[in-house]
Amino acid sequence: MKHNLILRVIAKFLFPVIALFAFYVQFHGDFGPGGGFQAGVILSVAFIFYALVFGLKTTEEVIPPHLLRILASMGILIYAGTGITTMLMGGNFLDYNLLSLTPIQGQHIGIMVVEAGVGITVFSVMLMIFFAFAGRERPQETDHD
Amino acid sequence: MIDIIIGHYNYWVVIFLMMAGFYTVINRGNLIKKIAGINIFQTSVFLMYISIGYVSDGTPPIIAEGFTKYSNPLPHVMILTAIVVGVSTTALGLALVVRIKEAYGTIEEDEIHDQDMSL
Amino acid sequence: MIDTLIDVTLLAFLAVTAIAIIKVRNLFVVIMLFGIFSLHSAGLFVVMDAADVAFTEAAVGAGISTVLMLATLALTRNQQEKMPVHRARLPLLVVLITAGALIYGTYDIPSFGDSRSPSQEYLKPQYIERGVKETGTPNIVTALLASYRGYDTLGEVTVIFTAGIGVLLLVGGRITRRVKPGESGPERRKIDET
Repeated sequence: MKHNLILRVIAKFLFPVIALFAFYVQFHGDFGPGGGFQAGVILSVAFIFYALVFGLKTTEEVIPPHLLRILASMGILIYAGTGITTMLMGGNFLDYNLLSLTPIQGQHIGIMVVEAGVGITVFSVMLMIFFAFAGRERPQETDHD
Repeated sequence: MIDIIIGHYNYWVVIFLMMAGFYTVINRGNLIKKIAGINIFQTSVFLMYISIGYVSDGTPPIIAEGFTKYSNPLPHVMILTAIVVGVSTTALGLALVVRIKEAYGTIEEDEIHDQDMSL
Repeated sequence: MIDTLIDVTLLAFLAVTAIAIIKVRNLFVVIMLFGIFSLHSAGLFVVMDAADVAFTEAAVGAGISTVLMLATLALTRNQQEKMPVHRARLPLLVVLITAGALIYGTYDIPSFGDSRSPSQEYLKPQYIERGVKETGTPNIVTALLASYRGYDTLGEVTVIFTAGIGVLLLVGGRITRRVKPGESGPERRKIDET
């Protein structure tokens, strides 16, 4: 598909717009609809669109698969790490009130960090699954009846 | 009678959708169609939950000035989780379909069964 | 009034799409209809004041699910579904009995949109009153997801991660394989991991 001029131009133009919208949804999840799940899926859709137009090899040079595996684990570790941090500070698991000077500030920080972890994991897992499906070679059939 | 219909038509259509998905799973032999049927069933269950949490003349549960009636946020939280878990299980099911095709050469259920029986 | 009209129209579209998915045999058309089904249900979620859920359903159902099904269709090279060999009487009977039991159960459900139903009491007023004071986020769904029910969300992210690992294990390698018709069971193959 990369020989089609219109698709190439549109894909290169739309990719930063979709990524920017994903970051907007991620960070404004507190004040409007949104949050980690939606942002992760939208960001992965941007990369999938790029891969559909420019091919899988080019996209794998942009974001290599081993980086995706590291990102997926990092998201969960950020989430669980927040919980363990609050436990080390003396509270319960995932008790955000202790993360800062005032409880409301602590809740803000806790929610933002946790949603970031969720967004990173969802993005990398969705893209990982797409790379796995798209990178697999099709089985060759030897005999046709 | 008429107010029962007005109050419940949403649930009846949702039950019809559930049964459509259920019928696809148990009657059709193609594996990809079965997975599509499971997804239809899942989506109609989500519709039922959100219908239970709906308040007429309400707004989405985002606190703002001047609004007092909000929809119930608890089913929303549950269904948000369920949607993403649903896509994860669909991806796993589709990966299994790909491997079954590579192992058996077909994705029709009765042909797979025949190959297993003839071993 | 206009809300009810949109609701009824979208539900009618959903029902017609579901029947079409059952009847159509070309798998590509089935997958496209499934994407349409997801998009209509996202519209229905918007009409029922579930903004976050509509967002997620549109992105996930009409986006990722459709792409993955198309990728599976490309990998399995199966365009048409075979005609079902056994009759539809027994499945239809099972479906009708289940539908009858479920519809009998809906007579006890409070009316659609009732604000005095039991599901709108006990916890919802507490969360709506105390949500902004305790967490400082106006979006109650995010506050519930990340703060009040944060442990459930941790389990859910783990489920997503596990599904990703499972898919990697199943279809992650790049292989070259010859499939002869009539052959069954796994074979030796060369796996070339990236």
